[in-house]
Amino acid sequence: MTDRRHILVALVEDKPGVLTRVAGLFRRRGFNIESLAVGHSERPGLSRMTVVVDGDSAEVEQVRKQLDKLINVIRVVDISEDNIVARELALVKVKSSASTRSEIIHIADVFRANIVDVASDSLTVEITGDENKVSSLFELLHSFGIKEISRTGRIALTRGGIS
Amino acid sequence: MKKTGAQILCESLVREGVEVVFGMLGGAILPIYDAFSQYPQIRRILVRHEQAAAHAADAYARATHRVGVCVATSGPGATNLVTGIANAYMDSSPVVAITAQVPRSLIGKDAFQETDITGITLPITKHNYAVAHAGELARTIKEAFHIANSGRPGPVLVDIPRDVQQEEVEFLYPDEVDLAGYKPVSQGHSVQIERAAELIAEAERPLIIAGRGVIISRAYNELRKLAEKAQIPVVTTLLGIGSFPGNHALSFGMMGMHGLIHVNMAVQNADVILALGMRFGDRATAATEGFAPHARIVHVDIDPAEIGKSIPVEIPIVGDVKDVLKAMNKGVKKGEHRQWVSQLDRWRRERPLLERQEDQALLPQYVVRQIYEATQGDAIVVTGIGQNQMWAAQHFVYVKPNSLISSGGLGTMGFELPAAVGAKVGRPDEVVWCIAGDGGFQMTIQELATIAQENIAVKIAIINNGYLGMVRQWQQLFYGGRYVDTKLWNPDFTKIAEAYGIPGIKVERREDVAPAIRKAMEYPGALLIDFVVEPEENVYPMVPPGESLGRILEAPRAEVLSSR
Repeated sequence: MTDRRHILVALVEDKPGVLTRVAGLFRRRGFNIESLAVGHSERPGLSRMTVVVDGDSAEVEQVRKQLDKLINVIRVVDISEDNIVARELALVKVKSSASTRSEIIHIADVFRANIVDVASDSLTVEITGDENKVSSLFELLHSFGIKEISRTGRIALTRGGIS
Repeated sequence: MKKTGAQILCESLVREGVEVVFGMLGGAILPIYDAFSQYPQIRRILVRHEQAAAHAADAYARATHRVGVCVATSGPGATNLVTGIANAYMDSSPVVAITAQVPRSLIGKDAFQETDITGITLPITKHNYAVAHAGELARTIKEAFHIANSGRPGPVLVDIPRDVQQEEVEFLYPDEVDLAGYKPVSQGHSVQIERAAELIAEAERPLIIAGRGVIISRAYNELRKLAEKAQIPVVTTLLGIGSFPGNHALSFGMMGMHGLIHVNMAVQNADVILALGMRFGDRATAATEGFAPHARIVHVDIDPAEIGKSIPVEIPIVGDVKDVLKAMNKGVKKGEHRQWVSQLDRWRRERPLLERQEDQALLPQYVVRQIYEATQGDAIVVTGIGQNQMWAAQHFVYVKPNSLISSGGLGTMGFELPAAVGAKVGRPDEVVWCIAGDGGFQMTIQELATIAQENIAVKIAIINNGYLGMVRQWQQLFYGGRYVDTKLWNPDFTKIAEAYGIPGIKVERREDVAPAIRKAMEYPGALLIDFVVEPEENVYPMVPPGESLGRILEAPRAEVLSSR
């Protein structure tokens, strides 16, 4: 991970328009969102949002404070410096033939990835892991011909305690 | 008892203590206006353009510290509010904007006069609401008022579909608001406050920069106590004018791009700066590189995002200025900074804000000074933007708290006239002087009708130089003197005023200034004076754009004469 990349985790109200408010704020303050993942949290009515952004610490702290001002944002923390668990999920559809199929399955096994769809000319592999693991798998599969990729973006929690 | 959405809105406004709304009608807002007829305790001011409703609500809020309310219909009514809402947002003014929306069944269908006003106003409101059911309306209004006028104040918009206005539900007004994501901090951190007090005690050349936050939190007495106890000179931002008496021995005036020379020199030479309720805006700091190079900075602001945003600070204190100063005043030691204060006095004497006395030209600065002479500062001054605003800031002495209302952050031409309406409605016992530019005045000139219809006794002084003056000044100084589209053909403003039933006086000679102002003060109603002033007078001092406060342009004395 480069120094400039930060992971912001926000607990937000699960209401219409909240994603627009968050995304709009990033746009207005001139920040690019590298990835954004959002889903229900452990608390009813609240979602947890994981946003990966690029910027120096002062810039990210400024955007964190601005996010915190949104009424629908309950709490937002920059967990980049913390001890964290970060994962993303990716689906990758790889070209395959009778001759390459077993080799692809073998690679997937090494990565503890699952084969979730098999067709006559392709395999779809599901992988979960940190960014490096996902990227490494893509690199290995590249030579077979990648037809499509879909990634969730990173989700993260701090280890132990409560973030 | 069941009530319609429109009645619930009115009931809620009454419970929030709303005495006046500024608004304009249209189809989708009709149920609300119909309900207004049952609530005569809410005064309605009918404006002639929704922008004026927002500016009036904004100025009403600034003048009274209460929430200003504006009302507009869907579509163009709502979009016309946008400039006024943005203005209130930039200057942290508590406004609740009520807009109508097309009926729920038509939302998203590009219906007649439909617009996504909550989407449009996302970046210029503190928060906004699209009301989905009448059942949530009362709580929404309660929250809107709470959010608008707590913490760092700001505008909140509530969008209400027409059929929600007509929907009948049980009305129950909530006693309290509980917003998990909104808990503004009021008390500053005690350790930080102690550190600040220690830093002040060590300082040899301390300086207080007071911003609008001092006025918002009404920390006038606390600021004065701190300044007097520790003997710290006080300077202000533009919107901090009126936070500290302008005739106080420790008051030195306004900093910034058109700040006074001795004030900017004070900032650049201070060793400790106590920044109170201000946001280090670029018109106040000029270039941030080279800003206050010797100063260790204490920054007090209720908005944590303002701290460290533009200028790195040594001691951040998040909290309400009044609460923080109360705590700080206990810890601060009595101080003496005679040498430093007399240094500032000397700088001030060396570079007085002179007006040219050598000819008989009618100078804008002279007009402002005469308004001060006539009122002795016992007035609320509402300005436009540009040269008129800077002259009003420099040449009037603001002795009363909260006596200047001006568009600081957004710099909105046309703010002045509707804002004067809002200020006068909010504080009817005060004399309200609207100092307008001839350009900006014509952007909201239609509000003369509002003034006439509602008998709003504002005194209007047009500083008429026949130019978009500040822009012309920039063209002269930084664009090779090429005056592109800054020369204005103007109507006869006195005749326009008279057409609205408002007396108008044209003043073209220096000796006629004071009598005209006196006449305006004596006249019970609204009155307009068209001051035809020196066309190419510039605002000085000036820090050129992109330069630091240390580089100040002073007035070349013969410049105006030689350029003709």
